[in-house]
Amino acid sequence: MRKFDTKVQYLKYKVLREVARMAWNDELFDKALDIPKIIVPGKTPTMRCCVYKERAILNERVKIAMGGDKTNPNVIEVIDIACDECPMGGYEVTDACRGCLAHRCEDVCKRGAITFDHHQKAHIDKSKCVECGQCAKVCPYSAIMDFKRPCVKSCKVKAISMNEDKAAEIDNSKCISCGACVYQCPFGAITDKSFILNVIDLLKKSEQNQKYRVYAVVAPSISSQFIYAKLGQVITGIKELGFHAVVEAALGADMVANEECKELAEKGFLTSSCCPAFVDYVQKQFPDLAPYISHNLSPMATIAQYIKKGDPTSKIVFIGPCTAKKMEFQKETVHPYVDSVITFEELQALFDSKDLDITTLSETALDNASYYGRIFARSGGLSDAVAQGLKENGLDHFDLKAVACDGIEACRMALLKASKRVLDGNFIEGMACTGGCIGGAGCLTHGEKNKAEVDRYGREALEKTITDALKQL
Amino acid sequence: MKLMVCIGSSCHLKGSRQVVEQLQHLIAENDLKEKIDLGGTFCMGKCQQGVCVTLDNDFYSVTPETAEDFFKTEVMSRL
Repeated sequence: MRKFDTKVQYLKYKVLREVARMAWNDELFDKALDIPKIIVPGKTPTMRCCVYKERAILNERVKIAMGGDKTNPNVIEVIDIACDECPMGGYEVTDACRGCLAHRCEDVCKRGAITFDHHQKAHIDKSKCVECGQCAKVCPYSAIMDFKRPCVKSCKVKAISMNEDKAAEIDNSKCISCGACVYQCPFGAITDKSFILNVIDLLKKSEQNQKYRVYAVVAPSISSQFIYAKLGQVITGIKELGFHAVVEAALGADMVANEECKELAEKGFLTSSCCPAFVDYVQKQFPDLAPYISHNLSPMATIAQYIKKGDPTSKIVFIGPCTAKKMEFQKETVHPYVDSVITFEELQALFDSKDLDITTLSETALDNASYYGRIFARSGGLSDAVAQGLKENGLDHFDLKAVACDGIEACRMALLKASKRVLDGNFIEGMACTGGCIGGAGCLTHGEKNKAEVDRYGREALEKTITDALKQL
Repeated sequence: MKLMVCIGSSCHLKGSRQVVEQLQHLIAENDLKEKIDLGGTFCMGKCQQGVCVTLDNDFYSVTPETAEDFFKTEVMSRL
């Protein structure tokens, strides 16, 4: 059964699994240095020039699995030696250019950047080219290619540049920790720091939840993950790891939707605050709009706050698809409630570090949240929930015009318009990942069917309305 | 007095919401909001006996049918 989209994820998973395995057995500090050789035994390289380079890079991966560089506040980190220093020349004409007569590339180029040599082959004058890509689109031979680094291409906030050694470098003042580059780098040279050791430590020191209870708060996008097993089995698996209980972040989403609609009706214009990468983006790139960010905590923090109110000594671990949540939980406003964050990738590694085959487990029910809380996991869900919240709170008179932004580029467009006061809308639902949380970098798989899975999970909720879900609190 | 009702998944399926609603209603009816701090909590580890309820750390098993009795005999007697 295929668990991951790419072999990069699989490699990262193997490192996490070995680190976790040793941590459970208290062997990490003696044996951590053996991990590269466990993963790359023998002498035949399968990934790089030689096994020694492979192991050197794996060593760096082990460090990141153990928490990474403490001096770098960003949870997204570049492994310099793993960066393949991809070409980054932008649009270039390749050998596939046949030197045709039509010269569509020349005609379409508004900058006059295309010239021809005496073989009629095209060339791009880099001093004139603005990388619009029109020439590449019209070439009948697809002879013009964009040699942009996958990391740079994926980073919509333009935080990645090249350092003097040609390795990728992240500008922390721009980076929103969305993890797009982590998922896109074909060499796995950019990766997210892991807090699995903190989580294992929390679980071990709880002494089977006797000293304090450890709660897992799971993001609703879990319904589109681990599809080789039943959701109820995943929940049992989480409990088998040593968690006292599994709680839906979607219930926090219900609480947020219920408050956010009132805040919106009162203020008249609002942006959502659920997606930490989006919030970070607004604060960094559109500081003028920062006052309009909803004052609600995210669903994760909201439900964690609720759990801690009832169980003050408890520890709370969020399990989700998101790398930016690893930044969010360290914020002053959130840290009192959330103790650690791991991704679905890391959860898979934890299962396998204990040789837990979740497909053999019985099912545990997961219920509390409403349909609306659960569909927060996909783009448009939050807007639907706020609309429902307005209705349930008798605020129908407020004319909601939600702009659901799917991905950071769409967010940018909406925020630009809002900052110029020309946005046709009064509520911006900002999701940094394409598709919403189901497109998160920490997901095991990113499939076409994921949205349908989330909607199905939503419809399975016993609580049909937000009020139903909140009545139990 | 702290009255906690488990709203974890198992108890939820056994009707914890109805229990909470009844208790809220009874507290309001008897004008005890000042004296009783009603709250939700997640999983007390005794799912078989749900709906799990604690009254100042003493454990009780309550169902939507027995909620009113529980309130009258156990909660009221402690006031």
